[in-house]
Parts: sequence; structure tokens; C-alpha cells
Amino acid sequence: MKNNETNPSEPVRVTTPLTDPVIAGLKAGDRVLLSGVVYTARDAAHKRLVETLSTGQSLPLPLSGQVIYYTGPAPARPGQVIGPAGPTTSSRMDTLTVPLLEAGLKGMVGKGRRSAEVRQSVINHRAVYLVAVGGAAALVSKRIIKMDLVAYEDLGTEAIYRLEFLDVPLVVANDIYGGDLYEQGAAAYRIAGLLE
Amino acid sequence: MRTIQVSAITELVRQAVQTINFVTPEGTLALLKEAQTHEPSPAGRQALTDIIENRAVAAQQRVPMCQDTGMALVFVEIGQDVHIEGGILSEAINEGIHLGYSEGYLRKSVVREPLFDRRNTGDNTPPVIHYDLVPGDQLKLTIASKGFGAENMSRVRILTPAQGIAEVKRQVVECVIEAGPNACPPVVIGVGLGGTLEKAALLAKKAILRETGHPHPDPRYAALEAELLTLVNATGIGPQGWGGRNTALEVRVEYFPTHIASLPLAINLDCHLHRHITLTVE
Repeated sequence: MKNNETNPSEPVRVTTPLTDPVIAGLKAGDRVLLSGVVYTARDAAHKRLVETLSTGQSLPLPLSGQVIYYTGPAPARPGQVIGPAGPTTSSRMDTLTVPLLEAGLKGMVGKGRRSAEVRQSVINHRAVYLVAVGGAAALVSKRIIKMDLVAYEDLGTEAIYRLEFLDVPLVVANDIYGGDLYEQGAAAYRIAGLLE
Repeated sequence: MRTIQVSAITELVRQAVQTINFVTPEGTLALLKEAQTHEPSPAGRQALTDIIENRAVAAQQRVPMCQDTGMALVFVEIGQDVHIEGGILSEAINEGIHLGYSEGYLRKSVVREPLFDRRNTGDNTPPVIHYDLVPGDQLKLTIASKGFGAENMSRVRILTPAQGIAEVKRQVVECVIEAGPNACPPVVIGVGLGGTLEKAALLAKKAILRETGHPHPDPRYAALEAELLTLVNATGIGPQGWGGRNTALEVRVEYFPTHIASLPLAINLDCHLHRHITLTVE
């Protein structure tokens, strides 16, 4: 069992932008309470960001030390900061992630496994991949205290928004040491005898 | 003969799409709480605790549990002695989706065309509608919000009769392992066997929409469901893929007669939200 590795009792408080020493302290399975500015971007926004980078133009957001959250929020009711905004499946962004890490991105928040290429790039660029509970969107939204449009308004829910997190509960999925929450978790609880 | 006004159908759909996104039925909640009680993995238990708490917040604030409020799915069972008046049935259902998704602040996630023009339709229409003609004078609607984290991880395979039960089991386990965290476990698994390519897929979908706590009436299939659940939960994937013994809440199998040459298999995954409701139009 790797219970201590996959679920230490006390979450670590982390504030963006992320620095190398903070990232060095994070290991797969660690629980994190993330605060500070985080930018939303999912499928369509990623496509535009990478196209912009490839043509040498400047991006509509700073990437250095920043964190991108893969989410497409539901509409906010009047009086709410943001509608439900849980994580979407990160692997759809895999082929568009390395250029962003090369441009200085330090953190990603989503759900689910990443490709080998992205995991290696997380190590090479000293970044971190964090995950939230998929489908627990109303819970996450309670911890988002500000939301402003940054770019690509025409994309609606897929536009880039600047969010301010206050203690959003996350788990480290991929760290700079090659640790992987999903591999560790499944290996600890797999009953191999039944599956052969 | 019973006459039903289309306006009653619109109204029912309008309310139902909101209800299923805000409120958790007792049966689903009981399954999740039982999983939480028995989950040996601390990380898995934490995920289940958050999932259950999220449902309480959603119901209390009348906000959707998940930002992905799905593509709407409507199964219509029309008694052959029902007469529908006042408009076109499919348009009435569309209107209910349009109104419900707007009023409920649900996310609009449907694009008008899959390949060349992926522009949002703006109101989450159209839903996918299936019609069944049945005896009697009732109109029954089953309405679901299908999230695509799980839908994307589903599969159809046309097996040979010789491959049989062993391959069915292997395919289900492989599907769940490949889906891993992406399908937002603990999942509900619908397995469709037999018929044709599209019939198997439809059976898998109908299996997902079956009421909680009702194994297949045929004891052979009920035993298969139980065995598949044990196998899937032996993968160690667990809640959210964070490790644990509750990867699926239920496995449900439906079958239909098929051709001597074939064994069609469809596996449809539903995330832990498991949002659907069956209602009769009065």
C-alpha cells in the first residue's frame, strides 16, 4: 500500500504563480489547496494559443509561472461569481501542451491521465500537473472568488478567463520526479489474481 | 384513446433536464454512500466524500452538479392508443430542452455539425431522441444528460460467437482500464449484447438508464453482471482513478437475439453523476 503517498493527511497550501522551489516540493499523490490567479483554457482556446505561438505572435495572457485550468464553466446565475466549473479531460489537450510548457507554463489543472510526451515535458520544464474531482463542479466554484474575460470571447464557455482561486482542493498527478498518481493508485489496489 | 397536448411534453422536459442536473435520486446516493463506507483507499474515500458533498451543494443552490450538463437524450415510449395534439412531438421535446437549459443556467455543449462547422447551437438542442411504440395509452419519457467524459470512453465491438463470454469479460475490463480516470469513476456500466451494431449500442444505453438496484431478471445475466462488477473493481482504478476498489457502482447487461454469425457487444460508460429520470406524461 502507498496510502501515505497517495493521501497525506494534511494538504499543502500553494499560491500562484508557481516557482521552482514550490514545484520541487510537490509529489504525485500530495493534496494541495491552490490559491491565486489561474487561467482557463480548453480544446478550442488551446488550438488558438498554439497557432499564435507558431506564427511568432504574442499571446493574450502571460505564461511564465502561470497555471492553466482545463474547464468550460456553466453559466453563472445572477449574483454568482462563476457557474459550476469542474475539470474536463486533460488528455484532449495533450498534443497542444508541450509548446505552452516551452513558453513558460508551470502548472495545469484538469482530470485524467496525460500522454508520455506531456509527462516527460513536465519533468523537463519543471512543471506540475494537478487534478480536481471530476463532476464536483459546484464544490470547486465555491472556492473561485473572481472571474474576468481575457481573450477569445467568441468561444463562449471555451474562452480564456482569469480566475482567482481560494484554497481549491487538488491532488498532484504528475511531478518533476516522474511520479504518477494514476499508476500509483491503481497499482496499490489492483487485485491481479482476479484479472488473469 | 388518450389525447396528449404537446405543451405538456415541453413542460415536462423543461423541468426534467433541470431536476436531473441539480438533484440526486435516493438510489444513486445510496450507492455512492455504500461505496464511501467500504472504500479502503484514503484518496478514493476523499474523492467520494467530495462527490457526495458536491451533490448536496448542487441540490441546495439549484446549480448543476457538473459544468458538463451533457447532451440531452430522450427515450420516448408511446402507447399506440395515444394521440398527440397541438404540434410536432420532436419539436415539443426540442422546445423543452431549449427552455430548460436556458432557465437552469445549464451549459450549452452541442455543436451544429461534427466536422466542418463546430459552432455551438446555443441552446443545447437538438437532443438525441429514440422512439418506441408500445401497447397501451400512456406516454413515457426517459430523459438523461449524458456527459461526454464517459461517453468518449465507450466502445462497440463485433465479436465472433466463438469468442463468447471470455472475450466479453476481457473487453469490459479493457474498456474500463483504458477509460481510467477519464470517465469519472465510479462509473455505471451498460453492456449491450446481440442484435446488430446499432441495436447493441442502444441496449448498452438502455442498460445505463435501468433503475438502480435491479439486476437482470435472467439469473445467468444477473450473475454475469455481478462477475463483471467484481472484475472491474479489481482493476484498482478506484474513485476518480486515484486508486481504490470502487471503480464501478453497477454493471447492467441487456441482450437481444442475434445472427448465427455474430456476437455484437457495446459498452457504454456513465460517469458517477448518472443523471436520468423516467416520467409519465399525464
